[in-house]
Amino acid sequence: MTEKPFAITLEVGSSLANKTGNWRTERPVYVDRLPPCNDACPAGENIQQWLYLAEDGSYEAAWREIMRVNPFPAVMGRACFHPCQTACNRAAIDEAVGINAIECFLGDRALEEGWLPDQVAPPTGRRVLVVGSGPGGMTAAYHLRLLGHEVVVYESSPLPGGMMRYGIPSYRLPRDVVAAEIERIVALGVDIECGRPVDDLETALAGGGFDAAFLAVGAQRGRHADIPAGDSARILDAVALLRNAGDGQDAGGASLGRRVVVYGGGDTAMDAARTARRMGAEEAVVVYRRTQGRMPANTDEVTDAIDEGVRLKWLSTIARDEGGTLTIERMELDESGFPRPTGEFEELSADTLVLALGQESDLSLLRSMPDLRPMDGLVPVGPDLMSAHPGVFAGGDMVAGARTLTDAIGHGKKGARAIDAWLDGRSQVIPPRHRLASPADLNTWYFADAPKSVRPRLDAARRASNFDEVVGGLDEATALYEARRCLSCGNCFQCDNCFGVCPDNAVRKVDKAHGYSFDYDFCKGCGLCVQECPCGAIEMVPEEI
Amino acid sequence: MAVRFYQVGSFAVGNRLASPADRTIQSEGGRSNSLTSGHRACQGCGEALGARYALDAAMRATGGQMVAVNATGCLEVFSTPYPETSWQIPLLHSLFGNAPAVATGVAAALRVKGRSETRVIGQAGDGGTVDIGFGCLSGMFERNDDVLFICYDNEAYMNTGVQRSGATPPAARTATTQAVGPHPGNSFGQGKNMPVLAMAHGIPYVATATVADLHDLEAKVTRAMSIRGSRYIHILVPCPLGWASASSDTVRIARLATQTGFFPVFEAEHGEVTGVTTIRRPAPVTEYLRLQGRFSHLFDRAGNPAQPEVLDALQAMADENIRRYGLLEATDEVPS
Repeated sequence: MTEKPFAITLEVGSSLANKTGNWRTERPVYVDRLPPCNDACPAGENIQQWLYLAEDGSYEAAWREIMRVNPFPAVMGRACFHPCQTACNRAAIDEAVGINAIECFLGDRALEEGWLPDQVAPPTGRRVLVVGSGPGGMTAAYHLRLLGHEVVVYESSPLPGGMMRYGIPSYRLPRDVVAAEIERIVALGVDIECGRPVDDLETALAGGGFDAAFLAVGAQRGRHADIPAGDSARILDAVALLRNAGDGQDAGGASLGRRVVVYGGGDTAMDAARTARRMGAEEAVVVYRRTQGRMPANTDEVTDAIDEGVRLKWLSTIARDEGGTLTIERMELDESGFPRPTGEFEELSADTLVLALGQESDLSLLRSMPDLRPMDGLVPVGPDLMSAHPGVFAGGDMVAGARTLTDAIGHGKKGARAIDAWLDGRSQVIPPRHRLASPADLNTWYFADAPKSVRPRLDAARRASNFDEVVGGLDEATALYEARRCLSCGNCFQCDNCFGVCPDNAVRKVDKAHGYSFDYDFCKGCGLCVQECPCGAIEMVPEEI
Repeated sequence: MAVRFYQVGSFAVGNRLASPADRTIQSEGGRSNSLTSGHRACQGCGEALGARYALDAAMRATGGQMVAVNATGCLEVFSTPYPETSWQIPLLHSLFGNAPAVATGVAAALRVKGRSETRVIGQAGDGGTVDIGFGCLSGMFERNDDVLFICYDNEAYMNTGVQRSGATPPAARTATTQAVGPHPGNSFGQGKNMPVLAMAHGIPYVATATVADLHDLEAKVTRAMSIRGSRYIHILVPCPLGWASASSDTVRIARLATQTGFFPVFEAEHGEVTGVTTIRRPAPVTEYLRLQGRFSHLFDRAGNPAQPEVLDALQAMADENIRRYGLLEATDEVPS
């Protein structure tokens, strides 16, 4: 007599005994891909990660993630030209995420709340000299100090900050923000000696008992063009103009006059023209030898300048300055886009001519060190930013590469880590970069349509007479919304799609911090999870058969 | 602070930022898994997915007080090879053609025993619903028996080798409608529009859904379980085997079926349409068809249209759906 139900000869079993995973020829694996914002950031910020943290309101954690790289979130939230946004994959859906505005929000929140950087490591007993207190120098000082080294910064100017204080106009970057973020680094125990130029590096190193040095003297000297000029011509340097404006002085003692002509097409030219307008010039004209489209200046800056009444005169070079009148030669572009003279001249009246033709570094401090001979006005360094002189590293505008604040911060971080490794006798292990997350990796269906939130801007009419900040910040609700527009390219953000779309229940939830894992006992390798992952954080790899 | 925008809006399965109420039942670690692992469905099976989606939602809506009656078909064959079962719910296996009648009987028996709180679901593939079980189902609708009947529509008899059913779309290649001759594939002008037939019975609730919109599917099952009487949900479940599509494209194809207008997603009460899911990213039907080998005879090797008049006729069907249900009418989509 069987105990089993009617017409049953075998015990009822679960299909869990049937390990369908052995059907598989490919297996899904979770991957981290490099988001394009991180890839594009010259400072090397993990932008996707700090946006992820900000998305649920963990602002302090998000700020700390920025601070792992960049000690100037409030400064960079204003002054960075945000190549991250240019690279952002969201632009293919609607508009790039306003990363820069969120960074500004986090930086400001940190200053309001008085959040402090992480603990300084125990003292190493090593002393490092940093020359220059600009973005590169102060970033290096910050990281070296956090690593436990004693750091002294020599600064030739009366106040620290370099180009953050003396180069970028205060309507783009208020000075109290610069001061506050520098003060936070000083509070870690970094010693800044202002008004202390380094005339000779070798003496400074020996005299201070330094084990290593990071040079970041910047590029403070304006390049000059050979323009024949009459005695009454008034020619100024854009760097000097901006420096004096930053110091709160007027344009070097005398008025700029009614009409100011700025010669050059870069960001400094735009800053100079906009500053001249604020200093009372009724007309500011930017003269550039190529076309507007070929100007190296950031497009947003050009737009802002035009809004403020700055005029652009492209395809023009300045042939003579007679004092009050400039002779301009018209140019045309040849097939390769290079400007060539046409022989046609015209006149332009100008009370002051401002030269914004690029800047170079004053490298006289290296005079007595023959192994540190500059090449093309730059200090040659290796990939770890060490120069030919062991223990002397350099970064920022004085080495080859792009010349932005963000690049300088990247150099500061990289240099500090390289110095730490060098002092320790270690060779640095730089992990390989993940594969880039491209738009093709994303399943954009799952992202709700959400246009970018706009940062408030000061009316153009209210800008020209003062140095008030032009671009405002986001309020918390808007910043949170903006952070949540992030597509999290190439990195799991726990949307549960893989967990939901598996026809075989072969995805397991691990925990909040680690997301999911695959149960390869049952995964048949259909690839649905890969296809339906919004952010491209899963890929199929062949099984070894 | 009320920022109701969660990065993936309301389209993904879940989201760490959304409140649990705004996530799907499938996003929960503790979901019923009515159909559990180890079943023998093909890779990327839309039916296995659709059945778990629907039954887990029904389990939630009834607090686990439910029983399902399953017609013979793929779903039954791949889930219950003797003596194993993948079902974690009470399940009766009926004949191919009589699942609605058996479900009616189960509901009647429960009522007689005073256990009306235990709800009954009948389920079948399109063959068991549209063709073989149609008479029983129509009777069930006519009597307004208290059963939710779910059709998992993969548009042919897949289990027995991909023969044409009354739900097979025109021009599709099946084992019995080969892509040969002057009119390759299934004929135009035949077949049955089952959701509309169900509506014609005037039953309390009829809805269509796909495995591409989980929030919608779960909402409809939940709604159906809140109603007494006959209810019908028709779920489009792509079949990688029968449709000759990539196993990873199952959800994508279902999504394209809705975005092209080829499969209208709507709900109806007592014979009247009460809601439609409008198209968010309109696409031509060729985008839907091109991913499926059963329509490959409509394209050349490079994927360009080879039978423009057939494609035009299929597009006209989609356009008619769009017109009839207002699938392109503007809605106020609020990011949430």
